[in-house]
Order: sequence, then structure tokens, then C-alpha cells
Amino acid sequence: MLSRFRRIAGAFSVVRWTALAFVLLLVVLSVLAPIVVPTDPLAQDVANRLLSPGTPGHVLGTDEYGRDVLARILHGARVELLIALGASAVAAVIGSLLGLVGGYFGGVAEFLTMRLVGDVLLAFPPVILALLIVTIYGPGEWTLIAVMGILFAPGFARIVYGQTLSVKRLEYVDAAKAFGARTATALFRVVLPNVTAPIIVQFSLVMASAILLESGLSYLGLGVVAPAPSWGGMVASGQRYMGNDPSTILVPSIVVVLTILSFGLLADALRDLLDPRARKGNHA
Amino acid sequence: MPENTPTADSASTTASAVLRVRDLSVEFGSGSDWRAVTHDVSFDVRAGETVALVGESGSGKSVTAMSVLDLLPGNARRRGTIELCGEDLVGAGAARMRAVRGRDVGVVFQEPMTALNPVYTIGTQLRDVLRAHARLSRPEADRRALDLLRLVNLPDPERRLGQYPHQLSGGQRQRAMIAMAISGDPKLLIADEPTTALDVTAQAEILDLLLDLQSRLDMALLLITHDMGVVADMATHVVVMRDGRVVEDAPTARLFAAPEHAYTRELLDSVPFLGRSEIVERQPTISLRVVEPEEPAATRDDPTDTVLDVRDLVIRYPGRFGEKPFVAVDHVDLRVGRGDVVGLVGESGSGKSTIGRAAIGLVPVTSGSIRVADVDLAKASRAQMRSVRRAASIVFQDPASSLDPRATIGASIAAPLRWNDVEKDPRLRARRARELLELVRLPADWVDRYPHELSGGQRQRVGIARALAVRPSILIADEPTSALDVSVQAAVLRLLLELQAELGFSCLFISHDLSVVERLATRVVVLNRGRVEEQGDTRQILHHPQEEYTRRLIQAVPVPDPVVQADRRRLRLESANAS
Amino acid sequence: MISFIAKRIGVGLGLVFVVLTLIFLAIHAVPGDPAAVLASGGASGTATPESIERLREQLGLDKPLAVQYLDYLAGVVTGDLGSSFRDSRPVVTTILERLPNTIELVVLACVVGAVVGVVLGAAAGRFGGWVDSLVTAFSSLAISVPVYVLGTVFILIFSLTLGWFPAGGFVSWQTDPVGHLRLLLLPALTLSIAFIGVTARMTRSSVVETSRMDWVRTARSWGLTPSRVFSRHVLRNSMTPVATAIGLEVGIMLGSTVLAERVFNYPGLSALLVDSVVNRDYPVVQGIVIVISVLFIAINIAVDLVYRFLDPRVR
Repeated sequence: MLSRFRRIAGAFSVVRWTALAFVLLLVVLSVLAPIVVPTDPLAQDVANRLLSPGTPGHVLGTDEYGRDVLARILHGARVELLIALGASAVAAVIGSLLGLVGGYFGGVAEFLTMRLVGDVLLAFPPVILALLIVTIYGPGEWTLIAVMGILFAPGFARIVYGQTLSVKRLEYVDAAKAFGARTATALFRVVLPNVTAPIIVQFSLVMASAILLESGLSYLGLGVVAPAPSWGGMVASGQRYMGNDPSTILVPSIVVVLTILSFGLLADALRDLLDPRARKGNHA
Repeated sequence: MPENTPTADSASTTASAVLRVRDLSVEFGSGSDWRAVTHDVSFDVRAGETVALVGESGSGKSVTAMSVLDLLPGNARRRGTIELCGEDLVGAGAARMRAVRGRDVGVVFQEPMTALNPVYTIGTQLRDVLRAHARLSRPEADRRALDLLRLVNLPDPERRLGQYPHQLSGGQRQRAMIAMAISGDPKLLIADEPTTALDVTAQAEILDLLLDLQSRLDMALLLITHDMGVVADMATHVVVMRDGRVVEDAPTARLFAAPEHAYTRELLDSVPFLGRSEIVERQPTISLRVVEPEEPAATRDDPTDTVLDVRDLVIRYPGRFGEKPFVAVDHVDLRVGRGDVVGLVGESGSGKSTIGRAAIGLVPVTSGSIRVADVDLAKASRAQMRSVRRAASIVFQDPASSLDPRATIGASIAAPLRWNDVEKDPRLRARRARELLELVRLPADWVDRYPHELSGGQRQRVGIARALAVRPSILIADEPTSALDVSVQAAVLRLLLELQAELGFSCLFISHDLSVVERLATRVVVLNRGRVEEQGDTRQILHHPQEEYTRRLIQAVPVPDPVVQADRRRLRLESANAS
Repeated sequence: MISFIAKRIGVGLGLVFVVLTLIFLAIHAVPGDPAAVLASGGASGTATPESIERLREQLGLDKPLAVQYLDYLAGVVTGDLGSSFRDSRPVVTTILERLPNTIELVVLACVVGAVVGVVLGAAAGRFGGWVDSLVTAFSSLAISVPVYVLGTVFILIFSLTLGWFPAGGFVSWQTDPVGHLRLLLLPALTLSIAFIGVTARMTRSSVVETSRMDWVRTARSWGLTPSRVFSRHVLRNSMTPVATAIGLEVGIMLGSTVLAERVFNYPGLSALLVDSVVNRDYPVVQGIVIVISVLFIAINIAVDLVYRFLDPRVR
């Protein structure tokens, strides 16, 4: 028990604890957004447009329509995190299944899952595939979850595939077969529990990637549809006024960078914590 | 053979010591937190001598050897003195150490596949070493490289220069590695388990080469090994280590004849001795089933009494795109009778493990038949496979990888009962798991532990318990002790024998180690490249082999007796000179 | 080796075919009338019957599906990707105008990113300590800053505040070489930062892992100098996974240029893509997606070949 605490302490530096705290804070604040900032993020107030941060009543100032920036940031976070979470979950389920089946069975199954589905999806640069789908189906939250879920699935598939291949070579999988385990038992009760660590790490990484991609699409006006608040959209509209007041772009920029950074650092910490190879490094 | 007779006491000849190690402690750590892994190690290596540093895993023998050239990881430090021809190496600067490495002292590492850089050819790597210590033009370096490859008897040396390590066999790679280690004409050659990754026949060749080079180049040899047979074969002097300390330091003949320290005695007792299992049997620490001359052959031929029947078995692995299929097993016949223990012996690539795996349905049969519990595995239905799984089970080689790290050992042991619907009630399964743990002499309340909390030997006991869960009529034991230290190996073998006597299961014991097989098999099948070379009664095969291959195999196994080994080496050299 | 190249190109062509088919299906597998969906922009918008009819005619949606598919494939093979809805110019012509600008930008960013990334990562892996901490911190940050944020901040600092560079735009190489480079520099730098981050991270971990390999100890036992051990027996071996990572990154950058070109108002292929998406100019979108995907596949083939070259075991 004590050694487990020591391992967690070893994997989490001050910076990584801060990252974890930031992610938790963001989740709590975005869930409680309507209570924390009762202001309607869509309510325009032309008399009070482009207020600087620190103005009483508008902690982070207002935008060009006089909408409260803090309210827009927090309501934006809600949409942002929900889309990223949805997309990562879809990608994790599809990708892990593909990788598990492809890695375990090999042969035709490998061709179908890894080559035909995986490589084809990886043949599109992510932003480009997203734009193609958005052109056809129109922007919106569900389109984003679907398209990013598909886009990030090959990443999971490749990792789970590689991991499954190396776990499959270990004798305990042969042992399970030799002692009468059915295929489904061997796959889901023996192999899957032994490949979960990289899936968890990848999940955190994909959260970061999804926020990165989604906010980029929103910046282009092709993600979350205005006037609904989104961090990318806020940077895009703030650009016109940044010469006078840099905070118009800096506030949403800092939030989006910190969020992505935190998920990335969290992934690093999880990798150190869960990956046996990383652990092996510090035993000597 | 003057080297084999101890001439003087270590104290009187320190002057001629090539390597003199005194009070050496190696510590790992950082800052103020240092943990010693070896304690006050002292020994000498004199000119022309071969000193064996012996011990089981964790004894600190490799760390000690690596500390001579400061090849330890960055978080290690050395205390004490290491003198090479009178010069202190612990306090030597980095530039001085580089000059010593590869020139005054050469090193041969254990696993030549990973110890050589896979992206460079043998020639490139040889040139690298040569140019580290001398200004050589490319043609000069090439010529020297070729000379070195000839010196280590690497066949076809011109072609080898342009080949990559993965294109060579294990023995050839180790020859290339040795060529690199001796390129600087060193005074001392350190060989860290140089033959552990090799088959016995390749091992014998490499050991011969090392001794030959030692006398030709007039080197001292520091040999790190866990194998008492290799020690008896090679060493003039032995340093026995345990838990980071030297427990005994004596001339080879004296150490084997009259070991002083209890641990050395224990170590020697644990070592299986090919051709002399009776001698070991008398040791009180080890109980062995006496290998009886044999029950009448007729009972074994009775088909109703045959538990495993392999006939004309062929197993081919399909070749990849455009390559020829690989024939792993080539028309093999063998039979295991009720209560029999049959040893299946061969070098790597002989197909012995493939047969074992095929016998429990892990590898598909290409042609021929394997019958277990009167079911032909090649044609078995799902339901029939179920009954096979209750009749045959397996103990794998590496207990570290054959137990699911995410399952408790109780769950692992009970899994065959659940998966084969032997016992549907989880409480009864749990009870059976506890019984099985006790059967293999482990505490019953360890059921909730995980494999990483156990030692290697304990894990293999769990592996045996799992294999016995379904009360099999035949147990396939696939090199069950080759991943273990000798003392642990002896205990596990003893357990297997006791359980076999108690429960009466038949056993197909797969091993590369003839001396282990001799201790427990009634019959032996010798495999070579997928074919049966010879099979029959254990004594018959091991003492009067009919086939040349078997004879070579037996001759190649070093036995833990310096006198026998010296005789053998003399014979080998004479026959080599005669031809 | 030659047979491997031929095989790899064959697989690549197969992949191109599957990709083309998917793009075709993406529009035709839409539930309902594809023309109506395209004209309205998903379920949200509405379209007049006339515009739907016009679209149907332009795209040849009135023909049987198999005929449409064959027409489409024949078009791609002969270099006919249809005409733009907006200005009726052939899509191929428009793409060929813009493509060189994007390639120039991507190549510059990749070269800078790969060189700087490998150097930083190698230094971090070799020296450890504060160098490692600094490089690790930088690369964590670098991969977390979205391209549009970085570009915007660069404009704010280097154009609006310091006035060193123009905020964006384009002049051709022929009219003003210096101006051309000045306009290229900021977007290329913007694109290369994330690339540097990824490459440095990959190089670092690969170097650290390779340093633990047995052959490194062997090389030390030969008395090689530390710098020779590092360059020949650590760095060289570390490059294999790095090459793979760089190949993937180039592909991702082909997508990220969309944002850089938009921020800096740079007339590349991707800026055209965004305009066309906004204007629902489907033939242009489809054409650009085809071109970029084919480029991406070609890059991946190149990476595989480099990989073969780097690792004799898979040769």
C-alpha cells in the first residue's frame, strides 16, 4: 500500500498535480457554470462592449457585443469538454475493439481492422477529413463527436493492436487457451485487462487532441455554430480588436492552451504510473 | 595441463596478478541514498589463469565484473580498489578508462543478439573497435578485421564482414563478439555468461575457442557463469558469490573435491550431474526416485495403457509470402505410457516445444495424429477437446510470463476448473485452489496474492498447481526449470517427482538439459531438427548412445567435475589434432 | 528492395482507390436526397427547389449510381475533378494555382521542425538534467498551443507590436523575393512549433530508450569516446521511430496549414478549402481532399522506404 503511494508520488510532480487540479477545476466549474456565473453567455449589452478584464461584474471583461467573457468561457468549456469526452469515448471503444480483434486473430482480421479501416482513416489528414464531413453534414456538436470519434479511433487501434501483439506472445495467453478458455474469455478477460493501461493514457492524449481540433474548427466557424460560445470562436472574433485590447484573444487562448496542456501532462503522469516499461526505468 | 593444478596460495603471488580486486563494494542510488549490492569483494586474477566468478541470480557476480571497466549504469558507484597490473582503476579518469577498455581489457557479453548493434555490419563494428585505439586506414582496418574473424574461426570470414548480426547464428554472433573483444590484444578478457544464450553444442565450441585464444594470446580470463559444469570445464580458480559477498575462493580442484562453505556444498549438490544421478541421489538434501532398470517393454506397447500417442506427426508453419514453409516437426512417433515419465530432449529449433504445444492443442497438426485420452487432436470436435483439456495439461517454461499478472494466483489455479466446467460452484473452486496450493507446498492463504509478489520458484509451483487442477492423466512439462536458479531448480524437480509418485500422472518432460532429464525420465526421445534421432530407455540412451548426434550432445554437456572435464578436453583436442 | 518498393506503391494505389471510393460514398450515402442535403448544409438549413435541381444537374446526381461512380473515377484518373459551383472554373486549375504555395509553406515548416526537433530531443536525451527539463517543458507547451492561437499571438507580437513582419498576405517570388520570404516566415514558424515539440519528444524518448540497450554498453567496453558512442550507437538507432513519427506529422501538418493559412491570409490550398467549405462549393472541397489525401499516402510510402533503409532487419 505504501509502495503504491510512493509510485503515485513519483509519477506526479508539482506541475502534474497542478494539471490534474486544473482539469478537475474546469470540470467542476463547467458543470456548475449556470450557478457560478448566472449571466447569460448570449445576453448582449452594447453599452458595455469590449470592457477590460477586472471590471466589476465582468471579471474577465466583455466581448464586442458586450457579452460576459467569463460566462462564455465557462459555457464554452461545457460544450468543449462534452464534445471531447464524447469523441474520445467513441474513439476508444471503436479503436480498442479493432486493435484487439486485429492483434489477437491476425491474418484476415488484421487486414480488415488495421489495414482496411485503420490505414484508410489514417490516409486523411484529420482536419481535412473533418472539413469534408462538415461540408456534407453541416457543423454542430453531434457531427463533431461522430467525426472526431472516427478520426481518433485508429490511434487507439494502433496502440491496442501493438500491445495485443506483445501480450499475445506472452505465455499466459497460451496458458489460458491450453487450460480451456474460450476465445471470448481469452480476449476480454485475459488480454483486455492487460492492455488497459495504454488505453487510459491514450484517452487523456485524445482528450487534448480533440479539444485542439474542435477549437480549431470552431475558429474557422465550422465547429460549434455561433452565437453559441466556443473558445476557438472567441479567438476568431477577438482577433479584430486585439490591437486595442490583447485580452480579447489572450483570455480564451490561455484557457485553451492550459486545458490542452493539462490533459497532455495528465497523460504523461498516467503513462509513468501505468506503463511497466517506464516503471522499469527507475528500479535499479 | 599445468593450469589445472593449483600451484600457490593467492597471497604469495599477488605480484603477478593481472587483476587485483580488494574490498570492492558497488552501490546504487543517488544523493544521500545509496544501497550496496556487493560487499567487500576481494579476489585476484593472475596471468594465464581462468577465474570463474560463480553465483545464482542476484549474487552480484555480473555487477562485480562490469565494475572492473566501470560499465555500470549511471546511478552506480564503486568503493574499494580494482588494480589492473598494479594500476588503480577506481580512481582512474575517464580518458584513462577509455584507453583501458577494449585494449587492456576486453569484454564478451551474454546475449550477442542484443549486445551487437543491429544496424551495422560485423565489419563496420570491428572497424569501430580497431580504430578506437589505433590510427588505421580503411584497408588496414579491413585486413585486421578479417584476421580477427579468422582467429575466432568464423567460417567464411570475407562474407561475414558485410553481414548484419541478425544474419548470423547465435554461435557465429558470439564468435564475432569475441573477435571484437580481443581486437586490442588484451591482458584480461572478461566473459559475462558467454554461452548462456547458446545451445550445448555451440557452447562447447565457444568454450574451446576461449581457452584456445587464452593460451595463444596469453590472456587472463575472468569468466562469469552460473553453470558449475562450465566452471569445472574452464576454470583454474573459482570465486563463489552469494548475496553480494564472496563466500569461497579456492582452486577449482579443491573446491569441487572439498568445498568448505556450506553454500558451495549446497550449490554443488543441486547441480544435476549427467551420467551420475545415483551419486547425487545419495545426498540427503535431495530425494530422487531411483531410476529402475525398466519394467518389461510389453506393458508400454499395450495401446490401452498409452496416455499420449504421437504417430507420424508433421507440423509445418506456413512460410510468409513467397518463403518456404518451415517444417518444425518431421514424421515423429512417440508414446507415453500410463505412469511413465518420458524425456523429450533437443536443442533449440529441434521441435520439442512444438510437439508439447501440439499435444494440448495449441499448435495445429499438419499431418499424422496425436491421441490424448483416445481423442485424435487433429480431428477433435469442440466437445472432444473439452475432454482432452481435462486429461492433458501443461507447465510452461517461464513462470514469470505464464501467469496472468492481473489475476490472483488463486484465480489462476482455479481457472481451468471454471473454463472446463469441471466445478461450477465458485466456493468449491476456491477451496480446491487452496488444496492445490498446499499440494505444491505453498501456504493455502496465498490464494489472494499476485504473481509479482512471488519468487520464481514459488511462481513455478503455482504453475504446477494450476496444471494439476483438472487431475490430468498426462502432464506436459515444457522446460519447467530452465528459467530457474540451480538450487530452486532442484527443489522444483523434487516436487514434480514427489507429486508424480503420489498422483501417478504420466509426464512428457521437455528439456534441453540432458542431466535434468536423466534424473526423472524413464525413457528419452532425442530430437534433432524436427526428427527423432534416437529413443529408448534413459540409461541406454545416455550411457550407450547409438547415434552420432546423441553422442555429440552428451559429450557437449559440461559436467561439474574438473577431472572428467579435463579428460574430455584432452580427448577432444587429440581427436581434433588427429583429423 | 525494388520488389518492396513496387509492392508498397501497389498498396498505396489500392489505398488511394479506397479513399476515392469513400469520398464518393460520403456524399452519396447520405440518407435522403444528396442534392438537397448539400444545398441545405445538413439538417439545419433550407434550400429552394430550384437550387436543389441545379445542383443535381451539376453533379450528375440524376444518373444511376454506378454510372456516377465510374464517371467520377474516370474523371479523377484523367485529371478532371469537375468545376467549381461559384466561378465555374475547372477545379484542377484552381488547385494547381494554389498547391505550390502550400507545399512551399509545409516543406519549410517541416525542415525547420525536423532539424530543430531532432537536435533539441537528442540534447535532452543525452545530457539529461536541466537541458532535459527545459526541452521537455518546451515540447509539452509546443504541442499544446493550437496553430490559430500561436499565429494570432505571433501577429500580435511581431506585426502589431514590434512591426517586424507584415501581418499576412502574399507576394509572389518573382515580384518581390524578400517580401515573399518575410510573408512566408511567420506562418512557417507557426506551423513548425508543434512539429518541433512532437519531434523533440519522440527523439528524446527514443534516445533514452536506446541508451539502455546492451550494444551501447558493448560500444563503451571497446573504449569509444562518449560522443562516438552517442552518435554511432545511440542516435543512429534512435532515428528509426523518429522517422516514422515525422512522416505522420507531415501528414497532420497538411491539415494544420488550413488554420495557418487562414490566420495569415495566405493564398494556399487549405485557405481555398475553408472558403469552399463555407460556401458549400462541393466539387472544390472534394478535389482538395483527394489531392491532399494522395499527397499524404505518398508521404507515408516515402517514410516506409526510409524506415527500410534505416533498419537492416526489415530490409
